[in-house]
Amino acid sequence: MLGTGIFKGLAVTAKNLAGSFHDPARFVTTQYPEERTALPENYRNFPFLVSEEEKDPMGTLRCVACQICEKECPPQCIYIEKSKDKKPDANGKMQLYPAVFEIDISVCMSCQICVEVCPFDAIKMDHEFEIATADRFNPLLLSRERLAKPNSYFQRIRPAEASEVDSRLAAARKAAEEKAAAAAAAKAPPPARPEAQTKPATERPDPPAGGVKTGA
Amino acid sequence: MSADIPEMDSRLERLPLTLRDLLTAHLPEPWRWIAQSLIAIAVVLAAFGLLFAFLTLIERKILGRIQNRPGPNRVGWGGILQPFADAIKMLTKEDIIPRSADPVLHYLAPVALVSFSLLSLAVIPYGRRLVALDLDSGVLYFFAASASSELAVFMAGWAGRNKYSLLAAMRALAQLISYELPLLLSLVPVVMLAGTLSPSEIVAAQSGWTFGLVPHWYALTPWGFAGFAIFMVASLAEANRSPFDLPEAESELIAGHLTEYSGFKYALFFMAEYFSMCALSGMAVTLFLGGWQSPFAALQFVPSYAWFAIKLLVLLLGFIWIRATLPRLRIDQLMRLAWKFLVPLALINLLTAAFWHLSAGWGTGAQPLRWGIALALVAVPFVLIGRRLSSGLGPRTYRYAAP
Repeated sequence: MLGTGIFKGLAVTAKNLAGSFHDPARFVTTQYPEERTALPENYRNFPFLVSEEEKDPMGTLRCVACQICEKECPPQCIYIEKSKDKKPDANGKMQLYPAVFEIDISVCMSCQICVEVCPFDAIKMDHEFEIATADRFNPLLLSRERLAKPNSYFQRIRPAEASEVDSRLAAARKAAEEKAAAAAAAKAPPPARPEAQTKPATERPDPPAGGVKTGA
Repeated sequence: MSADIPEMDSRLERLPLTLRDLLTAHLPEPWRWIAQSLIAIAVVLAAFGLLFAFLTLIERKILGRIQNRPGPNRVGWGGILQPFADAIKMLTKEDIIPRSADPVLHYLAPVALVSFSLLSLAVIPYGRRLVALDLDSGVLYFFAASASSELAVFMAGWAGRNKYSLLAAMRALAQLISYELPLLLSLVPVVMLAGTLSPSEIVAAQSGWTFGLVPHWYALTPWGFAGFAIFMVASLAEANRSPFDLPEAESELIAGHLTEYSGFKYALFFMAEYFSMCALSGMAVTLFLGGWQSPFAALQFVPSYAWFAIKLLVLLLGFIWIRATLPRLRIDQLMRLAWKFLVPLALINLLTAAFWHLSAGWGTGAQPLRWGIALALVAVPFVLIGRRLSSGLGPRTYRYAAP
């Protein structure tokens, strides 16, 4: 009969209205600033730079200023200047470091290509999203001081990926130490041959460990 | 004027009039009358202004709850001050008049709309002896005032020199004039049976209870129920409320006749919509739901204006509930509903009312027969016309997709 559908619809909305007072399934919004939903681990927003130590972020950046991300970045929002000197990295190997590392996040499109091309696991995607500012210039141009975040932070926001990265880096470090020990034992220059690695070496001009030229 | 308040009413019942007399007692005669009228105007404006403010809040809260979210809850305690925040926002916004618009009409349209919808609030009896303007032909006046709002809507659509506005104004005219007909036809039986056009006397005609339990409201008779239903559907359309909000269909016409309005003028349109919704609901209460009469004889100690307010709020919540439920009609569906469904039913309802009036003298034994015939006169045309209108329209069969 004409009109019965209207009453069915009215019953549905009345059920929703009543349910919103006692049924959590019918009252689903989270009151954002007070309550927050947990972000999924693979949520990504803008990149950050991983540093090993919380105490000395600038001294222990994993980044070696290889500039691959700068070249690969589709909107070209990364600007890097290499350092003049070298500092030892986590493996004790002498590396360049970025004297300037800037990301213009008003240009960044969160594509994650920088993360995918980085051979050093030095740049990762952040979970930080409350970055609104009143000024659209300087506050959105992130310097390396603002980009650097410790590995413990990375462990906290992306536990699965961070532990995978850590175990891979630890294996590489161990291999480098063994190789250094072997080289010290042989008292001879190491043979110039590539070694087996946990990550494919095809895209890596300067892998973090087991390097061909500056090893030991 | 305190002489015409009988002492039989309770103190609470007499409270509004006592207060008014207290304020105006010391004035000489012609001034007292003017002061009393001004007080009535101020009270109606203040009451409906506040009702408008909080109705927007209640509406947003209820719509939110129905859509599984809490609605506005930031300003004040749980969002209770939201209407005032909205008002401040509206008042401080820039008032834009398009360069090619007609400035006079553009300015006049919102003012005219609000004043027409306020005019119609004057004749509704809000309680026993509580009516701002007790006209003998108050019903006629009410519908004349509410019908002139169509003029203001068309003014608004024309003045902006905007195609969306003009299309919306044409739709609005077509819709409002079409629904004027069932609206008026549905209340003709009330006027016929009450024998008067005065709202106060129509309310008085619905007084009394059977066994002290069943009130003699017109909505509880077969013809009155049909008339009430037609009246409510038509007043949804008259008040531009969903599902008949075609004049301001935002998904098709930006904001319809409001496209070129901003700031306070936009707020005035919004206010006029709620005022006319309140006025039409108030008229429906007066005509069909016994006005300020209490539903049970035992509950007469509750003051009459409280009963009116309760009934008004129930109807307004019904409007909100319907808005939350039904999607907007298409313009041809809208016209078909008015001309092929509501108008014939309203005409048949005249016959039902006439039968009810003529069979008033039937004895107690013939009452079931009387009710049966009257109910059949209401239900059979509804089913037949409804079946004819919806034949071939549904339910939809899915030949390729799984249902």
